[in-house]
Amino acid sequence: MSLRINFEVINKIEALGSKGMEKCYNCGNCIGICPMELDILPRKIFRYALLGIHNKIVEEKEMIFSCLLCKRCEESCPSDVPIAENIRILRYYINREEFKI
Amino acid sequence: MPLPIKDVLGILVDNLRIRNSVLPISKKTATRWAKKCNIPKGGDTVIYTGLMYQIVPSITALVKTLEKMEGSFLLKFISLGRFANKFINISKFFGIIDKKEVKQHNNTLCIIANLLKKADVDFGYLYEDDLYVGALAYDLGADEIFNKHIQKVFEVFKKNNVKKIITTDPHTTNMLREIFPERLENFDIEVKSYLEVLAESEIKPTKQLNDEIVIHDSCVYSRHEGIIDEPRVLLNNAGIKTLDPEDSREYTFCCGGPVESLFPGKAYDIGKKRIEQLEKAGKNFVVMCPVCYANLSRAINGNVKINDIAQVLNKIY
Repeated sequence: MSLRINFEVINKIEALGSKGMEKCYNCGNCIGICPMELDILPRKIFRYALLGIHNKIVEEKEMIFSCLLCKRCEESCPSDVPIAENIRILRYYINREEFKI
Repeated sequence: MPLPIKDVLGILVDNLRIRNSVLPISKKTATRWAKKCNIPKGGDTVIYTGLMYQIVPSITALVKTLEKMEGSFLLKFISLGRFANKFINISKFFGIIDKKEVKQHNNTLCIIANLLKKADVDFGYLYEDDLYVGALAYDLGADEIFNKHIQKVFEVFKKNNVKKIITTDPHTTNMLREIFPERLENFDIEVKSYLEVLAESEIKPTKQLNDEIVIHDSCVYSRHEGIIDEPRVLLNNAGIKTLDPEDSREYTFCCGGPVESLFPGKAYDIGKKRIEQLEKAGKNFVVMCPVCYANLSRAINGNVKINDIAQVLNKIY
């Protein structure tokens, strides 16, 4: 499947308050330390958000809502990405755009 | 099949919008503990529970019900439940609330208040104005409803001329100290957890205990709020040896509680993993959050004991 950059989605996510996702350089420390062993979060999901791939974000909603927001990943993030807050913003995005909550 | 995120989340968030709490409980149930231990009404400094200890028994009952529904045909009816919930409070039908659990949490709150009295802290309580702070709605990303709700909470603080708040759990502490000032103009109320207040006070232990206790750090206290040493100092002062499990302090391992309403099965698995770590360190555990207490209690076996730290402090101060 080809993925197309969608600036409208990118702007919407940014307007909801996402920050610093682009600082992630895919080192994978976060995944190694995650109590929930979420292997898609946050690396892949942040790429989808940065490219504005709405369907992929919604497809991964179970993962996005499974995050404990415990911030254990942030203790080991060499790039100081505010991981939990960005995941929370993606929930906000799904609530608004998909669930209409 | 997992629980339908949209409908479960919708019920919790609708409750906050319509009934001021994700799981509504009566004012009488929420404030019974304070009447029983004679806390004066109002004052510059107030003890604020954010109803966390009081709603945990309702969460336990809800999780038990949802756990049974996960993977069953009943899932189809959750969306109907959400519709009905807009008119009647369906949380009342979410399983039976354990009276023993209610009594225990009320007792913990009373103990926290008594510890503050022993530390010569002058404080009151807002009674019916002690509102849920919206932590779960915030975590679930229901920002619009959360933002409206915290306006209501702030109005209540202003109406009561509150200057300082002493909190009883990590989630309320974090909401009031970090999130409220970000989102509310002129929110300048000083917020401290009771553990910080006690650690800074002159309170002296009345006896020394030779016990060993394993500390389960709350993620929110340790990583969000930097409250790590306070509980240890309070226990160590009375001779108690505090033991750290494999993942502790700023690297603490979550209890699983944050996802219990959407994914009860996953929450249980995380709780089980954490219990295994705690068991390797000792037999007596303390927690400092009612959510940790509830979720780890679900995963515990008979050989070990879990206590709220306030219950232990009550024995030594």
